[in-house]
Amino acid sequence: MTMLPQPGTKKLGLVIDLDICVGCHACAVACKEWNDGGDFGPLPDENPYGKEPLGVWFNRVHSYEVTGDGRRETGDKAQVSNALPSLSSGFPSPAMTVHFPRSCLHCETPECVTVCPTGASYKRAEDGIVLVDEDKCIGCKLCSWACPYGAREYSEQRGVMQKCTLCVDRIYNESFDEIDRQPACVMACPTRARHFGDLGDVDSAVSKLVAARGGYDLMPEMGYKPVNKYLPPRPRRDGSTCTSAKAAPEAIDPTKLPPLLRWMDKILSR
Amino acid sequence: MHPALSVIFFTVISGAGYGLLFLLGLGLIVDPQLVARNEVLLVLVVGAGAAAAGLMASLFHLGQPQRAWRALSQWRSSWLSREGVSALASFVPVCALAVLIWRGVDTTVVRACALALAALATATVFCTAQIYASLKTIHAWNNRQVVAGYLLLGLLAGAAWLLCAHALFWPLFEAGDVTPNRVQCVLAVLVLLLALTATVWKISYWRFLDRSRHAATIESATGLGSFGTVRSAETPHTEENYLLREMGFVLARKHAARLRQIAALLIGLVPVPVASLLLWPPIATSGWLASACAAAIAASVTAGCFVERWLFFAEARHVVTLYYGAEHV
Repeated sequence: MTMLPQPGTKKLGLVIDLDICVGCHACAVACKEWNDGGDFGPLPDENPYGKEPLGVWFNRVHSYEVTGDGRRETGDKAQVSNALPSLSSGFPSPAMTVHFPRSCLHCETPECVTVCPTGASYKRAEDGIVLVDEDKCIGCKLCSWACPYGAREYSEQRGVMQKCTLCVDRIYNESFDEIDRQPACVMACPTRARHFGDLGDVDSAVSKLVAARGGYDLMPEMGYKPVNKYLPPRPRRDGSTCTSAKAAPEAIDPTKLPPLLRWMDKILSR
Repeated sequence: MHPALSVIFFTVISGAGYGLLFLLGLGLIVDPQLVARNEVLLVLVVGAGAAAAGLMASLFHLGQPQRAWRALSQWRSSWLSREGVSALASFVPVCALAVLIWRGVDTTVVRACALALAALATATVFCTAQIYASLKTIHAWNNRQVVAGYLLLGLLAGAAWLLCAHALFWPLFEAGDVTPNRVQCVLAVLVLLLALTATVWKISYWRFLDRSRHAATIESATGLGSFGTVRSAETPHTEENYLLREMGFVLARKHAARLRQIAALLIGLVPVPVASLLLWPPIATSGWLASACAAAIAASVTAGCFVERWLFFAEARHVVTLYYGAEHV
C-alpha cells in the first residue's frame, strides 16, 4: 500500500555527525556486507572484478570542500543559519573538508512511496522505516526518480529497486545481543559519527544530540521531512582568535623584569 | 535523465493513439451516424492499436514485466498506476464501439461510448504527463507547461494521423452523407492550429528551461551553505553507478539547441505550410496530392514528437546530481 500510514510516534532513524566523520567508508562497506547476506539480499554487482564494476550500495560517502563565508542561497535560510553558528571572531571560516555519508533518510512524507504503482514501496506505520517489497516491485524505477537524496539504486541483475532497510533485520533480531541490535553502518563506524535511535521521542539520546548540536534536514525545501538528521561541523579555529598571536607585546618594560634578565636586556640592547 | 527508448516510444505512440481516439470520440458525438462507416472501424483499430503498442513498449522498461498487473493497484496515490487503469479502461469503449459498428447503430449508445472514449483518452494522456509533472526532484518536469505540452502534442499527432488516414483510405470506402472535402478541410485547419500552438508552447517551455532553476543547491543538499561555498572534492566511487547512469544523463548544450530547432521544424514549420496547401482547392481535390500532403504531415509530426520527447528526458536535470557536483539543476 503506497498511501502513507498515519504518522506514528516512533520514527527510527540515523543521526550523522559531519564534525567527526573521517570519510573512511567503513559504514558503506559494512552496509554492503550485511545487506548482501541479510533478509533483503543479495546485492549483486555487475562485473565486480572487471574494469567497470557496477552495483547497488545503500550508503555512499561523499567529500566536499567548503570555502569562504559567502552565504549562498540555501533552501531554508532561517533554519540553516540558526542551526549552524559561524565563528564569533568575525573572520571568514577557513576552508574545510567535510566527509558526507549519504543514505536513505526514511522521510516522513516520502514521495518514493506514493509514486509507486504496485505497493512494493511502503512506509511502516510502526516505526517509519521505508522499505521495498522486492517480490512486488516491477522495476519501473519511478521511486528512484522521486527521491532527491539518491537513496534508491536499481539492481540490473535482480530487476528490482533496492534501498537501505535501516537494517530492519538486525535492529529487531532477538538472536543478537541487545548492544548489537543496531544498523551495520552504526556498528562499524570507528569514530562514532553515526547514531541510531528514535527521533520521534524527544527524550531519546539521538533527539537530545540533535537538539544540542543543531541537527538539520537535508534539502528542507523539498518538503519530504527527512527523519535522519545531520550534525554540522563545529566552528573551526582559524588562528585569528589565538591569544598568543593576538597579545604578543611589541616592547618590553625592563623595570618589570627579574634582575638577571634586566641585566641581559641591558647588555643585548647596547 | 536517461532517455529510455521504450518510454519515449510509449509516450509518443500511445499519445498519438489516444489523440486519435479522442478526436474519433468527438466526431462520433457530433455525428453518431458516422459509426455506420467502415472507415471509422479502421481509425478505431489504428488508434487502439497504437495505444496498445505503446503500452506493450512500456513493459520493456520494467525490470519485472511479468508483474506489471500489480501496477493497477495503487491508483489512490500513484499517477503511474492511474495511467495504467485509465489506459486499460479506455479499451472498454473501444470494444463497445467496435461492436456497435459491427451490429448496427443506436445513436444514444454511440454518443455515450464516444464520450467515454474521449474522456478516458484525455485522462490517460493527462496521467502520463502527471507522472513527470508531479516529480518535485526535476525542475524541467515539475511545472504546468508539461501537462499541456503532452496533451497538445498527443492531440496534434492524433489529428495528423486522422488526416492521413482520412486522405489515404477515404477513396477505398464509398462516400456517405459527409462530403470528403469538408472533413479534410476541418482536419487540416485543426492540424494547422494545433501545430502552431504546440510549436509556440514548446518554444516557451524551452525558454523557461533556460531561464529558471530548481530551488535546491549543493549548499541546501548538504546543509553546509552557512559555512560557505560547497564543492564536490571527491566522489564516493570511481566508476559510474545507477544514479549517474539514470539521473546523471545531461545532454550537451550544443546538441540541445540543434535538436530543439529540428523538433520545432518537424512539429511546426513543416506541418503548417503543408496543411495550408490542403486548404487550397486544386490540391485538396486531387486525390494523390492530398494523400501525399497528409502523409507528409503525419510523418513529420510523429518524427518531431520523437525528437521532442527525447529532449524532454535528455535535458531534464535531477536534484540528486547536486551531490555529485552539478553546478545547478
